[in-house]
Amino acid sequence: MATVSVPGERRSWLVRRPRSTTGFWSWVTTVDHKRIGILYGITAFAFFVVGGSEALLLRLQLAQPEQEVVSAAVYNELFTMHGVTMVFLVVMPLSAAFFNYLIPLMIGARDVAFPRLNAYSYWAFLFGGVFIYSSFFLGGAPNGGWFGYAPNSVLDPTRGMTFYSLGLIITGIASTVSAINLAVTVINMRAPGMTLFRMPVFVWMGLVVQLLLAFSLPIITVGLTELFFDRRFHTHFFDPAAGGDPLLWQHLFWLFGHPEVYILILPAMGIVSEVLPVFARKPLFGYQFVVFSGIAIGFIGFGVWAHHMFATGLGPVANTAFGISTMIIAVPTGVKIFNWLGTLWRGDIRFATPMLFALGFIAMFVIGGLSGVTHAVVPHDYQQTDTYYIVAHFHYVLFGGAIFGLFAGIYYWWPKVFGRFLNERIGRINFWIMLIGFNLTFGPMHILGLQGMPRRIHSYPASLGLGFWNLVATAGAFLIALSVLVFLVNAVASFRRPAEMAADPWDARTLEWLTTSPPPEHNFDEIPVVHSLDELWHRKYAETRGGRVVPVPAGGAGDEHEAVADDSAGHGAGHAIHMPSPSYWPVVAALGLPIIAYGLIFNMWLVGLGVVVVLVGFYGWILEPSAE
Amino acid sequence: MNARGSTTKVNRKALAVVWMIAAGVLLAACAPNATQSALEPAGENAEKANSLFLPVFWVAVAIFVIVEGALLFFAIRYRHRKGRDTIPPQVHGNTRLEIAWTILPAVILAGVAVPTVATIFELARDPGPEALEVTVLGHQWWWEFDYPEEGVNVPNELHVPTGRPVHLTMCSVGVGYENQLAPSECQGDEPVPITLGNSVIHSFWAPELFGTQDVFPTYARTLTFAADEPGVYEGQCKEFCGLSHAYMRFVVVAHSPAEFDQWVADQQRPAGSIEGAAAEGLRVFVEAGPAGCTQCHSVNGLEHANGEEIPGSLDAPNLSHFASRDCFAGCIFENTDENLRRWLDDPPAMKPGSWMPDYNLTSEEIDRLIAFLNTLE
Amino acid sequence: MAQLGRSMDVHVVESEHERTSTGLPHLKLAMWLFLASDCLLFGALISTYVLYRGASRVGPYPAEVFDIPYTSVSSFVLLASSLTMVLALAAIQRGDQGQLRVWLLATAMLGTTFVGGQVFEFTTFADEGLTLTTNLFSTTFYVLTGFHGTHVVVGILMLLTVLALSFAGRLPPERAMTVELVGLYWHFVDIVWIVIFTVVYLIPTGTPGGAQ
Repeated sequence: MATVSVPGERRSWLVRRPRSTTGFWSWVTTVDHKRIGILYGITAFAFFVVGGSEALLLRLQLAQPEQEVVSAAVYNELFTMHGVTMVFLVVMPLSAAFFNYLIPLMIGARDVAFPRLNAYSYWAFLFGGVFIYSSFFLGGAPNGGWFGYAPNSVLDPTRGMTFYSLGLIITGIASTVSAINLAVTVINMRAPGMTLFRMPVFVWMGLVVQLLLAFSLPIITVGLTELFFDRRFHTHFFDPAAGGDPLLWQHLFWLFGHPEVYILILPAMGIVSEVLPVFARKPLFGYQFVVFSGIAIGFIGFGVWAHHMFATGLGPVANTAFGISTMIIAVPTGVKIFNWLGTLWRGDIRFATPMLFALGFIAMFVIGGLSGVTHAVVPHDYQQTDTYYIVAHFHYVLFGGAIFGLFAGIYYWWPKVFGRFLNERIGRINFWIMLIGFNLTFGPMHILGLQGMPRRIHSYPASLGLGFWNLVATAGAFLIALSVLVFLVNAVASFRRPAEMAADPWDARTLEWLTTSPPPEHNFDEIPVVHSLDELWHRKYAETRGGRVVPVPAGGAGDEHEAVADDSAGHGAGHAIHMPSPSYWPVVAALGLPIIAYGLIFNMWLVGLGVVVVLVGFYGWILEPSAE
Repeated sequence: MNARGSTTKVNRKALAVVWMIAAGVLLAACAPNATQSALEPAGENAEKANSLFLPVFWVAVAIFVIVEGALLFFAIRYRHRKGRDTIPPQVHGNTRLEIAWTILPAVILAGVAVPTVATIFELARDPGPEALEVTVLGHQWWWEFDYPEEGVNVPNELHVPTGRPVHLTMCSVGVGYENQLAPSECQGDEPVPITLGNSVIHSFWAPELFGTQDVFPTYARTLTFAADEPGVYEGQCKEFCGLSHAYMRFVVVAHSPAEFDQWVADQQRPAGSIEGAAAEGLRVFVEAGPAGCTQCHSVNGLEHANGEEIPGSLDAPNLSHFASRDCFAGCIFENTDENLRRWLDDPPAMKPGSWMPDYNLTSEEIDRLIAFLNTLE
Repeated sequence: MAQLGRSMDVHVVESEHERTSTGLPHLKLAMWLFLASDCLLFGALISTYVLYRGASRVGPYPAEVFDIPYTSVSSFVLLASSLTMVLALAAIQRGDQGQLRVWLLATAMLGTTFVGGQVFEFTTFADEGLTLTTNLFSTTFYVLTGFHGTHVVVGILMLLTVLALSFAGRLPPERAMTVELVGLYWHFVDIVWIVIFTVVYLIPTGTPGGAQ
């Protein structure tokens, strides 16, 4: 990291503006999108280990019939927290890590539109996650399932579901704010010449995801608020005795929940769309179609929510409508897969670890996608729903899909972010153990579901013959754990090597590889001018008249590429680059949120304190200039 | 930095994975004695769903083979070979191909959609007046079956005749924030009373006979099915409903029509008075705990020695003809003396969250109760 | 290699002079996106209200407690505040700090009157037996209008903040966008109220007792 310390002006009131770019506090007060991305990544990975440990306990309990490794009460907390953790505290923030780090670099910008707001989002996420987990020590963790169906979630006498409702509102605020920030960044901060259709697919998927977040999170916020009010203040939103309808919760939840699954998968699809061309040495096949498919998936994703509710008795007309819309959404998904295959076709494929994970993504996602299509066969979904067949489906798309894709991204961008490679041999071991473990764990679950094993059950009777595949699944889960350990070893070991990395070690195609590894705080010495999609590639290679691809001679055409002397300040100050300064206020403002939440549970005076903290944070923030 | 992979290892390991998946699929076909399997339909409802699923499954397998095959083939065929360092032609796409692989999947899906929609409507059809009407009430954590026309009320076991549609009307019951009554379609001649437990969403599922239907406190839901052959078909609650969600099981017992009528007649027999050693158990039954077991349970037509009827309640499972049943406590325990003893000794320890409290019965009282229950044929 | 230089004056990264791909300033684009997102928040709350319209099992029912003339007046007050907001923006755009402050204050006061009117209205309802937990109507009504009221209060805070900035000499005409953004938010809150007023107060609920 840069060791620059700018001699500062003192603030005459309150607290002195943080200055340093090294050390612990520099991380707490950072507004640099790259550091915030790293913070998201580390935090998400820590939650990944926690959520994975919860899964291991679940699998131990289910390894054989009629066991009591954990009690039913604890089991319900474990599967609830496993789901909440993996969805809200792992995949979403891990995707956010990549969006935060890469989007400005990929569009040739120096940071996101609102750097302090960016920091605020991270801290709100962290505090929200810690808040939810604190429930284990404060009266019980959430135990009503990650989906929290009413009335059960309302009536549960422990505190867990109250922590659930408030905690997810906090993380929802973090994500909504971040979504607006990143959307403005993509829409408004592209380098000169970078039209929307010259943006990398990863940035496109990022834009779609931010819009999905901005429009779906408010709906669940309302649902969670109603759940909280029912629990804490005994209102009647989901109270059958007063005429309330528990199905309202399901509608609100899934109106968010379905776009949410596209929020979970599109980032990984974006990553794969970047990795495949680099390691096949060909451009992405059908770029516009991949982009349009992503947009289509985003739109249609708002129209399929009740396919999670086929068994609730909405009636044959509604079930038909949602069954058909669900089948429709399979089409753009398929288009993406075919275009990825087209990228491989006649390529020059090198099996570096990022490529292995990207290929693994395609292989596993196809399985998950196909089982998803079988769910759309509505009458059979009455058999499949709420069984391990569904558990198999969503783990194939969320783990085999999203996690594998994110790992591809980790291996691919590690040299850019940390200036070192992850070891290839260990990476291959990581990949194969994860692939085998994953399939051993979730493959058999298709069978278990069809053989009659419902979801969310503490145990099952010996007479049902489910023991064998459950044992296999448990073994597979431990293999997954081993593979994650292998990755951690790889990650730690990488820091033993010196940080001597070229700007473009993979011979890649997008702008982040134009600058150093790692990039300086200001990303680019000179903002590049963009002339085409895959701008970096076209600066390196040209096509001869015979159709051969040849390197552009160094010192030749490359120097003709303009860069813009950074005049973004409008000051005409030559090459002076104004980066936003670090700040305490985002942390302060974010800290108010869990204080309010604890107050709502335990003591209304705390709510007042929390509001004060939020206000102090925000006023300090708006009165402070963004850069000094 | 060497970005080269080991290609022969990729081949061998990729093949290994493929074989594992294939073996798994094959093993799936040889399922052991699964008695709750959607793959072994034994009634029209489940059969329709299954016959819709199987062709779609094989189409999916075909697509799997083609797509994964293409993936593997391309990965192997177009792998980097040492010494060949030319960059491949930078093909950007092919619009005709895009159109083709947009339209083809759409056509396949349309083909799947047509029978799907037809079956959705078929399964939703009303069975008509010849159906056997049963009201199903979901409690925490057991199922109650009420036959309004036959005047029979049984927990845990849904007895039906073969070859005749059974029309279920289903509600969740229990105490929410306040006392409530179930929706009117689930009410019998007498109002369905306040029952113990929380009224949450459950889901009624016996996969060999029918796909699931969620059960709500706010509306009645219906489901129609028929059993082809006599037999015992297992089922359980499928929608997470709290601590003992996993322990809310039931069985569907299909009889030939004649045997079903006999079963109905047996169920309609009142218990009458209790003689002999079991009378001691009757006394425990009426006096245990604060207000006797009859505070929550009932036995139809049970009488004191003087002929006075003993009232009960339908809050908890109806214990009429208890000895004729094979399971109890949400059908998670076989009806044996040993299991009964452990249950009566401490119900919440046997079933998490059980609404039946531990009355600290003495071992003697338990023995007597068991003797009494064993006379309830 | 570029230098990290000292800025010559306060350099707000998100100023309207910053080159943007759309020509729209970042903050304005962000405010529109936020308001679009907020539409869904209110959409879900209003949907909840509409879903439960007529479903309350016990009273008091809307027709028994609503005082349409009263609420019409307070709605008009809020509408008028949008007018004063527009006048405030016009004032700063032509550099008139004095008028800006007058109209900002007026907007804030009208907003406060609206909120005060709601407080009075709700305490009256409570006296008549309609509290948060009375029935479905009270549940959905208070939470919906409570969210809206909170938005109004936040808006008033923003107005007062901008007013204070003006008094501190930190709001020159070049920073008119700040007022414009507050104005966007304020108009949004007003429009949401028009929807709520129409759906909740004006459209009749049918007979008390839930039969509809």
